[in-house]
Formats: sequence, C-alpha cells, structure tokens
Amino acid sequence: MRSDRSQSAPLGLKIAATCGLLFLHLPILLIFIYAFTTEEKSYQWPPPGLTTQWLAVTWNRPDVWEALSLSVRVAAISTLVALILGTLCAAAVSRSRFFGRETVSLLVILPIALPGIITGIALRSAFALTEIPFSFWTIVLGHATFCVVVVYNNAVARFRRTSGSLIEASYDLGADGFQTFRHVVLPNIATALLAGGMLAFALSFDEVIVTTFTAGQQQTLPIWMLEELIRPRQRPVTNVVAMVVVLVTLLPILLAYYLTRDGDQVAGAGK
Amino acid sequence: MIADEMTPAVSFQKVARHFGAVKAVDALDLDIAAGEFFAMLGPSGSGKTTCLRLIAGFEQPTAGTISIFGERAEGVPPYRRNVNTVFQDYALFPHLNVLDNVAYGLMVKGIGKAERLKAAEEALALVQLPGYGARRPGQLSGGQRQRVALARALVNQPKVLLLDEPLGALDLKLRENMQEELKSLQKALGITFVFVTHDQGEALSMADRVAVFNEGRIMQVGSPQEIYQRPKTRFVADFVGSSNVLPPDFVQRYAGQRRWGSLRPEAIRITRETGSDAIQARVSGVSYLGAATRLALDTEGLRLHASVPSGTAVPEQGDAVAFTFNRDAIHLMDEAP
Repeated sequence: MRSDRSQSAPLGLKIAATCGLLFLHLPILLIFIYAFTTEEKSYQWPPPGLTTQWLAVTWNRPDVWEALSLSVRVAAISTLVALILGTLCAAAVSRSRFFGRETVSLLVILPIALPGIITGIALRSAFALTEIPFSFWTIVLGHATFCVVVVYNNAVARFRRTSGSLIEASYDLGADGFQTFRHVVLPNIATALLAGGMLAFALSFDEVIVTTFTAGQQQTLPIWMLEELIRPRQRPVTNVVAMVVVLVTLLPILLAYYLTRDGDQVAGAGK
Repeated sequence: MIADEMTPAVSFQKVARHFGAVKAVDALDLDIAAGEFFAMLGPSGSGKTTCLRLIAGFEQPTAGTISIFGERAEGVPPYRRNVNTVFQDYALFPHLNVLDNVAYGLMVKGIGKAERLKAAEEALALVQLPGYGARRPGQLSGGQRQRVALARALVNQPKVLLLDEPLGALDLKLRENMQEELKSLQKALGITFVFVTHDQGEALSMADRVAVFNEGRIMQVGSPQEIYQRPKTRFVADFVGSSNVLPPDFVQRYAGQRRWGSLRPEAIRITRETGSDAIQARVSGVSYLGAATRLALDTEGLRLHASVPSGTAVPEQGDAVAFTFNRDAIHLMDEAP
C-alpha cells in the first residue's frame, strides 16, 4: 500500500512526466509562434521577427473562407445526420431485443475501428459503382459514418443508465409517444447528445483521409492546409488557420468533457 | 359513461398472455369489483405482474378480453386508460423536482400551470409530504419516494390504481406503517386498488380480496379469511399462512373422508396425557418467533408444524410428545387425491 497522499512523486517521475507533456504540446505552441513570423518561405528558427500581418492576409484570402465555410457546413450537416441516426440506433439497441441486435451494435461501431483509408476507399468505389458524382453530400456521407459512432456510443451509455420504467411511467401518466420523448427521454439524454454532437463536429471538422476519397475537387479546411504546405508563398497563413482550427475543435471537446463529467446524477434511476 | 353498481372495475375473460412457449398468464377469469382493495399474491414468475401490466396496457393479451369499467381495453394504449401505476422502482423522473413529477400527468393533459401545481400540492399533502415539492427525487428516502410515486398516480384521479410490489423496497417498520396508510387512503378515496405482492402477510392484512397465482393461473380467489382458513388446493395451503398439508390417508383416518386436507399450526395442541385420540410424535425442530414458538413434529412419516403460544411449556428438540387437534379444524380441500 503505497498510496500515501502526502508523499510526493519521485523526482525522476516528475521529470519524465514534464518531458512527455512538453513533447506532446510544444509542437502545437511552435505552430502558433510561426503564425506570427516575418519570414514567409521556410520555417526558420528562431523567427527573424514577429508580425501580426498574416492575420490580415488570411482574413482577405477568399480560398480560406471557402474552405472554412465548406468544413463548417459539412461538419454541421454530418453532426445533424449522426444525431438523428445515432440516437435512433441507440434507442433500438438498448430498448428492445431483436434478432441480430449485437451484430447491429458491432456494425455501427466498426467505422471508427476501421482505418479511415479503408472507409475512404470503400466509399469511393461505392460511389463509382453507383455512379454518384462527388459533391458536398458525398463528403457528408463519408463523415457521417464515423460521426454516428460517437453519438451512438454516448447515447447508448446514457440509455443504459436510464431506468426503462421511466418511459412506461410517462405512458402510464397519459403522455403519448411524442410527449414522452419530449418531456422524459430528451431531458435525460440531452447532455449525452450534446457531448456526442460536439465530438462528432470536431471529428468531422479536422478529417482528412476519408475526405480525400469522397471530396472530388472541393477543399475542406484540412485538405486546403495540406495543399498549402507544399506551396512556398505566404506560409504563415497556414499557421494562422491551424491556430483557428485548434481553437474551434478544442472548445467543443472541452465543453463535451465538462458536460458528461457529472452525467451520473442526470440519469439516475428510480432507486 | 356511467358505470352501474354491478359493473366490475376490471374484468378478465379467458385472458392469456404467452411469451413464445412461456404461458405467463393462461385462461384467466377474474372480476375485480369497483372500490375494492384487491391483492394478487403469488411467487415470482406466477403471472401476477403480467396481469397488472395487462390492466395498465403495457402488455396485450394473446387471447381473451379485458374490460375496465365495462370498456374493452385490448388495443387501448396505456396513455388512454384511466388507470395509473405505482411502479416497483417508483420510476420518478430524475430531471424533474417532486412537484413537477406529481404534476406530470396533468401537464401532458394540457392543464394550466397554476391549476396543476395546486393539485400536485394537494396530492403531496394527501400522502403526508407537504412542502417537499422543490426537492429532487434523488434527495428523498425510499419511503418518501414511494409516497411521491403514490401522489403522482393519485393526482390523475384514476379509476383503478395499480401497485406493483409497492412496499418491497422498504424496511419492516416503514412497511407496516405504509400498509395501514395505504389501506386508510384506499377507504377514504374509494378508488379500486389492485396490488401485486409475493408477501402473504401483506396481502392478507391489506386486501379485501386476494387472488392466489401459480404458474399463470389463479388457484383461488376469496377474502383473506377464506384463503387462510379454507384453502382449496395444496399450493394455496402451503403458500398462504404455512398451513400443514395433510395427505388423503391421514385425513381419512381423522376426518373420515379420503381427500387432501389442511390444518393450521395454531390448531395443534401439545398434550401430556396419552389418551386414545392423542397422536405420538417427536419434536424435530424448535424455532422461537416472539409471540409464539414453532415446533416441527415428526409423526407417521409426516412433518407437521405446530404453533405454541409464548408462556406455555415448550418441549425440547428430540422430545417425544403427543398432540391432539379438534377434528373440525381439518379443512378438506377440493383437490382430488
């Protein structure tokens, strides 16, 4: 039993932990610093000078806005699709018993376990076979495959913790199916859906691999960044965009974490 | 609809509910009178809870008809039946406070906020929880949750109130208090109460009439006295009141008829005299129960239980004793030998 709280960790462990954290997070910091460098052709260390001009340059680049707008729209629609399908699927799997229930559960989770490149190739050949032209909707479809998983996992966990007799109690007290969903089911799974939705949005927003196979000529923000890195001009613009992406995806994930942290109290059963 | 005096509150006609090969309820006929406190008693898996769920509308019969105050109930969803349930796990909505929980039924019926909250306050007062409205279900004790569940059902003024093992999760003292309270509440409101229990003491002490269930069928329906003193079958005798079941040979010798019989433990008297009508036995077990002591007597290859009131001399385990009983105390059962 060495769980003495007053005793601090050994020095070696402290150093190792610090190094590990620095190794993980310093590169991100570097990206932020390069967003303000005066040198635009190569990433030179230390930066010869600091400037905020790249913020303005980025602001005035129409291709950045196009890519950003496409990414936001794709992420929003994929999340919406995932919320609806994921919740319905979770409700079916946790509320009723039917033939192939375990299989359905596994098949829904599979896309997140499969390498993105497999999903991408599979979707691309499916689109080619059925002669569906690449469009906004093919990207949404690709993203929805893994967004559904995130929402499903969150919703299914919450359904499992919610007492089944709550729904019966609601029917018993005179509420029809819609009223029961609105007044009992939704309030009990709302935070789980919000958390799942935010994670799904963040996942879709920075997705590269599946997108390259399903996007055709269009560029989502991560794809635009990849292309931009190869070009030698106005390099810090990419870093400014990267900084924005980090902030845009980090905030929802932090919020999702905060929302589900004390979820146990929200969905406690009757006893 | 005006129900006349004779219309039963709940009527089952040839009702069956099968789950695949499992006959949870089979060929069931039952009438529950309006204003009655009715108990469905049976071991787990005997079909009593399925019966309750058939009345509530959570289950649909595989065959037969169910009517509630004369109206056919099959196909009517739970939310359109004037029947409310107190669930075994109470099923209070965790995201609503106590007052909103109680007012829920009125809310979904579209009754205005002021009116429904007032009605909910009154219902809480009825179950002796006035002023608890602002609390969350999680902040209440088991007994308090039970009362909230009761108020939430009663606020809808149901014609029939269903209670699924209502006292199962409470400790002994609380259970006894709630038994009396439920009974007086039922008398005061005049609502038909149907409650499911596996506790024979609870069924006998609370109900006007009891139905004893076994394997999806009703073994016997009757007043607690009838059920306890005149069980029709061995199962009822055994399950209710721990009566001694007497085999046909034994009954023939002492009551003159070759039938299964039952004999209540308190009807057996331990005696010192070894007269002609006394039966010799050996004491094989002694358990002290407070108000009485229970003896296990082995005689003629038969084990009988006798109840000896406290304060009288109690034999020790292994003693040879003699016992007698009044021949009239043997109750003959319908069951064929």
